[in-house]
Amino acid sequence: MQEVNWIALSIFALLFGFITWLGFAAARWRKGDLDLLHEWGLGGRRFGTIITWFLLGGDLYTAYTFIAVPALAFGAGAVAFFAVPYTILVYPFLFLVFSRLWQVCHKHGYITAGDFVRGRFGNRWLALAVAITGLVATMPYIALQLLGIQVVIGALGISGTGLAADAPLIIAFVVLAAFTYSSGLRAPASIAIVKDVLIYITAIAAIIVIPAQLGGFGKIFAAVPTAKLLLAVPAARTTGAYGAYATLALGSALALFLYPHSLTAILSANSSRTIRRNAAILPGYSFVLGLLALLGFFAIAAGVDKLPEYAAGFKQFGNNFAVPALFLNSFPSWFVGIAFAAVGIGALVPAAIMSIAAANLYTRNIHREFINKNPTDKEEAQMAKWVSLIVKVGALVFILFVPTQYAIQLQLLGGIWIIQTLPAVMLGVYTRWFNSWALLLGWAVGTFGGTAMAISVHLTPAYPLTFGGYTLPGYTAFYTLILNLIVSIMLTPVFNAASAQRVPLDATVAADYQT
Amino acid sequence: MKMNATRRKRGAWTSWYLLFLFQFVAVLWPPYYNKIEPSWMGVPFFYWYQLLWVAISALITAVIYLATDD
Repeated sequence: MQEVNWIALSIFALLFGFITWLGFAAARWRKGDLDLLHEWGLGGRRFGTIITWFLLGGDLYTAYTFIAVPALAFGAGAVAFFAVPYTILVYPFLFLVFSRLWQVCHKHGYITAGDFVRGRFGNRWLALAVAITGLVATMPYIALQLLGIQVVIGALGISGTGLAADAPLIIAFVVLAAFTYSSGLRAPASIAIVKDVLIYITAIAAIIVIPAQLGGFGKIFAAVPTAKLLLAVPAARTTGAYGAYATLALGSALALFLYPHSLTAILSANSSRTIRRNAAILPGYSFVLGLLALLGFFAIAAGVDKLPEYAAGFKQFGNNFAVPALFLNSFPSWFVGIAFAAVGIGALVPAAIMSIAAANLYTRNIHREFINKNPTDKEEAQMAKWVSLIVKVGALVFILFVPTQYAIQLQLLGGIWIIQTLPAVMLGVYTRWFNSWALLLGWAVGTFGGTAMAISVHLTPAYPLTFGGYTLPGYTAFYTLILNLIVSIMLTPVFNAASAQRVPLDATVAADYQT
Repeated sequence: MKMNATRRKRGAWTSWYLLFLFQFVAVLWPPYYNKIEPSWMGVPFFYWYQLLWVAISALITAVIYLATDD
């Protein structure tokens, strides 16, 4: 691999040192009693419009996204741009569904989706299914954030074997674990501000400087092979790439806010109005993501994969090395340091929120529900702090000892799993018509059927559904959600008829969902 | 008092929300925008069209927010 880039490394280390200090100092920001779970795990539900914008932006648009989306454009072309319709379509759901969910969670002190489902349907097994799904879908996502750090550390020229090569990642991880433990959600909230400013600076610089170096957008797009420039036009009797593109965008949009880390950031806002305002201003990040997706094409035009100095990087990290190589090729060392710090710090913010969200889920919906029913507030918060540590150790071990490919595949499966909680959580915000046991069976059919479908297509995102002589390739998560809904709807009257329980066990009332 | 009693509860349904449908129609039909021309400053239609819709969707959401917030 290339030599150690000392200037870039120094700037990277400096910025990393700064956010480490910030992460610990955050414990004193808008001070609250960190021995209470909603103070540690939701920042006391005090964040206003601006902080929520930074926090949700830093949380949803992860470092891995900023590496993987351009890498997909670099490798596969136009299909990578599904990230744009995806991040357009998430906001109507945020505005309508999740501002209502905020209301009811605020009213009842709910901290997780599992808490809400427990209250709404009065079924702790359904709540357990929601919680376990959240935990299992989150773990590989955290591992991928660490992978984002690993890629930029490799690109800084730090290589070697064994412990020496992994030392920077382990240091970053220890920093992350320590400030999350001590400051809770306040740490990623404050660091998100730094991270987002760095990301915006990097994106704007890249979109101005690199096309100028390469001779303009016309030349860049001319260098992209025709097959990568647009989606392949479908053949007869199939919806081909069009159907896959649209269902990927819609399915991903439906799934995004079901992830525990999304809900944690939403619930930390101080009002449902803050959530609705953010639905209008968060697309700023979608725009940046769209611009960054184009970096994959810049990398093709610059031909970074053919330059000998980056061969080792591509060999180790595959197409995920495209953006780091492009930055090394296009920017002076000091700016490479800033850009890489943006990615590295960008990984810590969502990783911290994910581990907090996972900790909240375990503490509330597993430990309190099934193991220790009456913890004191302090015991509950302490349990969550420990679980956040365990979750991160798990992710670190995973990324150090398990081939990267598994983390990516598990994250893909995670999308299929998490969307199965949609009927209970998102439809549950509007109706309690569903029988909770029917929802649980729908969840099971979607989860296991979806996993089998994904395995049958070798863990690629699209499943080729055949229907009356037509082939409809589409996002497996989207298809299995429909399956889940069919099962839930058909079985609801069956379970209702079989059950002696006539009065709904709903702890919430209609007024809880409105201001 | 009367004003309060008739005021729409926030979170209740309003037909302003139908505006959200525009962005679904605009970006979920790839045959419409899967083309090079008309390109803009060298950027194919496929790319600038979808990026433009990020801005339009944000505007639509802002309009809905302002129209439904009291």
